[in-house]
Amino acid sequence: MIILDSLGFAWPGSLPLFQGFDLEVGRGQTWAILGSSGCGKTSLLTLIAGLLHPQEGQIRIDGERVVRPRPGTGLILQDYGLLPWATVRENAGLGFRVRAFYGPDGVHAPKAATMTIKEDMAAEVDRWLLRLDIASIADRYPAEISGGQRQRTAIARTLALGPDLLLMDEPFSSLDALTREDLQELTLELCREGNLTLVMVTHSIEEAARVGSRILVLGSAPNRKALVVDNSAFGKGLGAEYREACGQLRGVLESVSGTGFRVGGRA
Amino acid sequence: MKKRHLFFAALAILLFWEAAALLAAIPILPAPHLVAAVLVRELGGELPLHFAASLWRVTAGIGLSVLLATPAGLALGQSKKADALLSPVIWILYPIPKVVLVPVIVLFLGIGDLAKIAIIFLILFFQVLVLVRDQAAAIPSQLILSLRSLGAGRRALFRLVYLPASIPAVLTALRQSVGTAIAVLYIAELFATRHGLGYYIYFQGSTLMDYPAMYAGIVAMSALGLGLYYGVDWLERRLCPWKRGG
Repeated sequence: MIILDSLGFAWPGSLPLFQGFDLEVGRGQTWAILGSSGCGKTSLLTLIAGLLHPQEGQIRIDGERVVRPRPGTGLILQDYGLLPWATVRENAGLGFRVRAFYGPDGVHAPKAATMTIKEDMAAEVDRWLLRLDIASIADRYPAEISGGQRQRTAIARTLALGPDLLLMDEPFSSLDALTREDLQELTLELCREGNLTLVMVTHSIEEAARVGSRILVLGSAPNRKALVVDNSAFGKGLGAEYREACGQLRGVLESVSGTGFRVGGRA
Repeated sequence: MKKRHLFFAALAILLFWEAAALLAAIPILPAPHLVAAVLVRELGGELPLHFAASLWRVTAGIGLSVLLATPAGLALGQSKKADALLSPVIWILYPIPKVVLVPVIVLFLGIGDLAKIAIIFLILFFQVLVLVRDQAAAIPSQLILSLRSLGAGRRALFRLVYLPASIPAVLTALRQSVGTAIAVLYIAELFATRHGLGYYIYFQGSTLMDYPAMYAGIVAMSALGLGLYYGVDWLERRLCPWKRGG
């Protein structure tokens, strides 16, 4: 589904993060991108989202070259990106508002609009509020709800638009452990339900081992060859196999980062 | 603020005034009940005309400054280059007490309404500009990225993010400086004009020596300031309900 074709990217005035980098992500797969700070994992996600542009090579999704944010791609960030002056319901409906703003122009919104009637959109938003268990706080403002509820709102907003690809950048790293585990489970569930492709950036080995059936490990820049770990413990609970996978990942990460990497924290 | 508390505070101020007038027993400090009677009498006379003249100058000044400073502040807040170019200028001009410019403005713009409106405009313009600029610059980049990933381009970002974000900044700026604006309006209305509360207060006190009428004018000007202040406060509570309790 996603193809990175000899990708090259550098921030102005610094070492290239990626050089001739190839990767292929299949439809319906769940991927984690793991690496220490500054390895380029967030840049890679932003490139796939179409919010940054590679200097060399290209990114294709479903055969189409990514040059701008694609309507079928949903992006979820660590600090939720909610409008402070809008209620949970209004925030969840923001994607529809943006689409209604431009109309089905094929640039900002899909040409064949799946939903054009206001009531349908409202019903769809309500359906996702219910699914994410935030219907009871629909009229509250982001400042009045918990971090977990904010991230649920951001997820509802993204899924309401019916994406086929979900990109998440350290979505749960500012949440407490229980809420984090809860939302990791929910995310996997939602991906299965909607046959979504998931790419989640994380700095936590445990999170990568939990949500990624495949894990892309990034080392210090420049990244030239994709180092992908097949996670045999994926979907098998948090037993011995999971702990073994965490240990293995840690070894891989240490070998590519060249620094000590603490489990569950930044290097 | 509770209404009951405000009522008792107003009552205490009036009682203090009444007692002071009784003790002093001089014509330049008339008792509030006397002033109230004159105020009622003057409301049937020329006072409403002067009130309207001042109100028009203040609202025109507010309107003009908000209309011009908001887009300018949004532009500076979004463009680091423009801000780097202009912020030193703002840094120098912003703290200048605009009241010292009154004579200059009167020389340039004459004695009509325009000069008074320009003064109020100058006071509010920088306040609104600076607060809106800071507000626009403080919008988290993750919020912008999220909106862009939902398909939002420049126009949608302006309508859905920058414009609503500027509303509380504009209202805070107005709440902070409406009092100063009215104080300076008073000064401006002392210059060669025959309308406005500043003129009315000065004329009643210095020329006619009608002190209760002078106090009636002061009460009217206080009401103008209080009214605008609470008007802005009310607007803030109505337009920014997400700020309640926090």
